[in-house]
Amino acid sequence: MNKREFLKSLLLLLHAGGFVGALARWAGAKETGGKEGEGKAPGGADAKGEANGKHDPARHWYGMGIEIDKCIGCSRCVDACKVENAVPPEPFFFNTWLERYVIAKDGEAVVESINVKGKSSREMRQDDGEVIRSFFVPKLCNQCANPPCVQVCPVGATFSTKDGVVLVDANRCIGCGYCIQACPYGARYLRPESRIAQKCFFCYHRVAQGLLPACVEVCPTQARIFGDLRSKASRLVRFTRMNKIHVLKPSLNTEPKVYYAQLDGEVR
Amino acid sequence: MNAERVRDLYELLDQVTGYIYPNEIEIRWSILIVVYPYLTGLVAGAFILASLVKVFKVKEVEPTYRLSLLTALAFLLVAPLPLLFHLGRPERSFEIFLTPNPRSAMAMFGFVYAWYLMAVLLLEIWFEFRRDLVLLARASRGLLKWVYRVLSLFSTDISEAALVFDRRAIRAITIIGIPSAFLLHGYVGFIFGSVKANPWWSSVLMPIVFLMSAIVSGIALVIFLYMVLTAIRDHPIDMRCLDTMVSYLFYAIIVDFSLEALDFIQRLYESEESVKILGTLITSKLFLSLLVLQILLGMLVPLGILVIARVWTFNDDMRKLLYFASVILIQVGIFSTRWNVVIGGQLFSKSLRGLMAYKMEVVSIEGLLAALVLLVLPFIILAVMIRVLPTEPLEDRVTVPSKAPAPESPEILPLPTSGS
Repeated sequence: MNKREFLKSLLLLLHAGGFVGALARWAGAKETGGKEGEGKAPGGADAKGEANGKHDPARHWYGMGIEIDKCIGCSRCVDACKVENAVPPEPFFFNTWLERYVIAKDGEAVVESINVKGKSSREMRQDDGEVIRSFFVPKLCNQCANPPCVQVCPVGATFSTKDGVVLVDANRCIGCGYCIQACPYGARYLRPESRIAQKCFFCYHRVAQGLLPACVEVCPTQARIFGDLRSKASRLVRFTRMNKIHVLKPSLNTEPKVYYAQLDGEVR
Repeated sequence: MNAERVRDLYELLDQVTGYIYPNEIEIRWSILIVVYPYLTGLVAGAFILASLVKVFKVKEVEPTYRLSLLTALAFLLVAPLPLLFHLGRPERSFEIFLTPNPRSAMAMFGFVYAWYLMAVLLLEIWFEFRRDLVLLARASRGLLKWVYRVLSLFSTDISEAALVFDRRAIRAITIIGIPSAFLLHGYVGFIFGSVKANPWWSSVLMPIVFLMSAIVSGIALVIFLYMVLTAIRDHPIDMRCLDTMVSYLFYAIIVDFSLEALDFIQRLYESEESVKILGTLITSKLFLSLLVLQILLGMLVPLGILVIARVWTFNDDMRKLLYFASVILIQVGIFSTRWNVVIGGQLFSKSLRGLMAYKMEVVSIEGLLAALVLLVLPFIILAVMIRVLPTEPLEDRVTVPSKAPAPESPEILPLPTSGS
């Protein structure tokens, strides 16, 4: 290959590279929370009919993936959530929280919420011996497709949106607490000042504007993956395809939309 | 959030054993929600006792028929108050009627309650008392006359034909009333029994257990009231009536006890995922209220007393004493039953790894004092009703109640013959 041929090939390669790059960017824009579209519309703001930036709930079906092995227990998600959603700072109210599991050789699990200081199911002792597994589990409202909280709400204040998020109408909730009793995951609480039910709602105010939920946005290890299950290009769909996934308390038939990868059997 | 509340929550946190989901620290349904099923249970039980007379023709308990109806009404009037007070936003309670969620068991409360109050209890009471109200209206003067006229809804016809219609109406209402009473209280059981997230509540037996315990508590309450009322009035107790009521009570306790035992054995035998934490719950947090108060003092002891009272032949006074002791113990037992369901079901974490604590407030709107007021209020309402309405059908001649403008001599008014 002489110099002229080499330069011609190089020019062609650069063009081809540019084309492939552009293609990748275009595809990336469609992908949920892609690197290019940092904080961009999950499922694609450029989806047909939403080009004007208006959120169309009927076109989405949101969920979250959690890769347990990636969670380092830094609690940035919990802090971000408290700030974003004005969750009371005291360690008794959480839209999302972290649990730490330490499983000893005898199989006994020591569980604690690392956001509630000083309370674990049992103190770890010096003579506990070998720890065989230990991991963090981020918890939040599972945005069930068959939500018991929505079923029991006497006034219809808590409801499922078309895009699969369970919301609470703050102007209608009477604060009876039935939804809190009905939630198998302990995801709900009564806001102390307004005395209405509250829980994680996937930062719907952000999602509707094409942003990611606060907890997903700040997670340094991308242990939380938010996405649209209706979009084939979404990271969440890829996550559910690439991992063996599990949901919490499947026997209750609540059909959660928070999917865990590498979930341990001890986690309830 | 105020500092006192935060301090309370930290205090509760110290009492947590094991692991709980952080949001579970607060017991959401307080003592007021214990009072609510207790009150509706008394309503249903008292009504079932009343229906024995009209539908099942148990003539022996006739003397307590009106008392049972009024008791049911007095307690029913108070029953929604604990629910209202416990709401986070009581000013929005009307939403339950305006935008009810048809899939919610709780949303049906307003309709079941309204049906039972308006279509059953008030109607039956009106038909039952109509003749006497007309008679009293005729015999009274001044304000009282108007009270009776309004209560009788200005009806005046007490001809034999009209009274026959009254009796027929009462029978028809009672026949509708029995399933309605079952609905009222069975439905309260369903509110708990249908919560699949809570293994302590989630049981198909819950509505039936609620119903049977309601019948037990209702009959026991009417027996108590009957004995107290006759003592206050210095009337003799109709022992045939009392013995009959007690025997119904006895059978109801046996059915109730069997159902609760079945529920317990079933849970133990199935030994599901939750059995360990529920076992810990029973032997620690609920030891006093479940094993001692509910089962031992509230069920086995009164059952034993009633067995003794039936097997040995005691004189009337001794029987009265035994009956009185057992009906009081039964009330304690049934209240504990409600406590163990409502509070007990919130004392363990749904992670099945830990137990919470309940710190009862005293003076707040959801506290002990409010609960006591709500438990006493029905008795006050009942006392007023008994003052105004005769608990025994009037003779054809009426003595004007002494509270009416007093004439010189005790006035006995001749009543017009029926149909005039």
